[in-house]
Amino acid sequence: MQALGIDVLFKGINMQRLLGGLWISLRISLIAVAFSIVLGLIVGVLMAGDNPVIKSVTRVYLEIVRVMPQMVLLFIVFFGTTRVFGWNIEAEIASIIVFTFWGTAEMADLVRGALISIPKHQYESAAALGMEQGQIYRHIIIPQTLRRLIPLSINLVTRMIKTTSLAMMIGVVEVLKVGQQIIEANRKSSPNAAFGVYACVFVLYFAACWPISMFSKYLERKWS
Amino acid sequence: MELLRWDVIQSYLPLYRDAMFLTLRIGWAGIFAAVGLGFACALIRHFKVLILQNIVGIYIELFRNTPLLVQLFFLYFGLPRIGLEIPAEPCGVLGLALLGGAYMAETFRSGLEAIEPIQMESALSLGMTRQQAVLHVILPQAVSISVPAFVANVIFLLKETSVFSAISLMDLMFTAKDLIGLYYKTLECLTLLVVFYLIILLPVSALGSFLERRLRYAGFGD
Repeated sequence: MQALGIDVLFKGINMQRLLGGLWISLRISLIAVAFSIVLGLIVGVLMAGDNPVIKSVTRVYLEIVRVMPQMVLLFIVFFGTTRVFGWNIEAEIASIIVFTFWGTAEMADLVRGALISIPKHQYESAAALGMEQGQIYRHIIIPQTLRRLIPLSINLVTRMIKTTSLAMMIGVVEVLKVGQQIIEANRKSSPNAAFGVYACVFVLYFAACWPISMFSKYLERKWS
Repeated sequence: MELLRWDVIQSYLPLYRDAMFLTLRIGWAGIFAAVGLGFACALIRHFKVLILQNIVGIYIELFRNTPLLVQLFFLYFGLPRIGLEIPAEPCGVLGLALLGGAYMAETFRSGLEAIEPIQMESALSLGMTRQQAVLHVILPQAVSISVPAFVANVIFLLKETSVFSAISLMDLMFTAKDLIGLYYKTLECLTLLVVFYLIILLPVSALGSFLERRLRYAGFGD
């Protein structure tokens, strides 16, 4: 075990520290996902509408998010705003802002996709049955949209968790950074710690994301 | 005081250009390897090759559910500790290929699975040979079904190259961070960063939208 550097994980409170780091990552992604879902629902409904101004503005927004690496956005918010406006944004807050900005676009696109995937005859048939506008949405459109939307938005959670690993690059002390610190601190006593610790971080991310993506796959199969 | 200093931008340009070539080189090498790997994995999964399909399944789940940054740290800092040293550039390509391979495999597989058996049967009953049927009936449809997800994967992988700076590859991100640290010309550095990523990604995104529109004819009757 010494040779693989796995012993380091069981020394002192190293494992707790790693789990604490993972919790920081999860907290950032859960907060960002919560904001993204709410904002994404609003933007997505607007995008599915007919207003040409809103449509072109949201298209530009979506395209920016589509082509800009999240890391570039992180740098802009973290370093750029300090320089231009003199704001001193905490790294964790900056990550939440950026991931929300990114997640909202993703969510909005999912909402728009789900909304326009409902065939027109669903509206017409419901109207032909004598339903009112409110009833059509409540009983016909929204349940079908949600069935398409929920598995995809659960998937967004795993993508968000994976993306939070980038927060380390602007100085958030999350699981990867904690791993680095542990390796540094044990450089003398177990020089091979890098293998064991990074393998452990790998497994921790997998343990966090895999059940969620399995659940989303299960829902997708069940509801399709 | 003006917002952006052009002389600064001009003096940084060559550095960014070199960094862009590095990003492009590693990015495309990784993506080509990912397409090959993904295609092989998709075929193994689709035709249910014994044992191999289980290994491929585990590989796909492992790499789809972990971030590239963590994978690279493991490959670049972890593996040398058990005697497997990989230089930074091949390591970047390998990391991107492994991540991309897992995503591409799922894309290709869902493309193959979307073709119903009746297509093959009809082609055969029209007198086509199996080879002709695959070439003229199955593949064209599978390809056009996969295109949107394929392009999305390519864009995703090109964006993911931004984490290469973490294993000390001098890519765009590294250059920007380095220059900000050295001279505090934050705004110029960030502007150049955005411009160069746009140069890399906008053509791919535009080509993707074009292909998507062009290939939609295969969606019969929708």
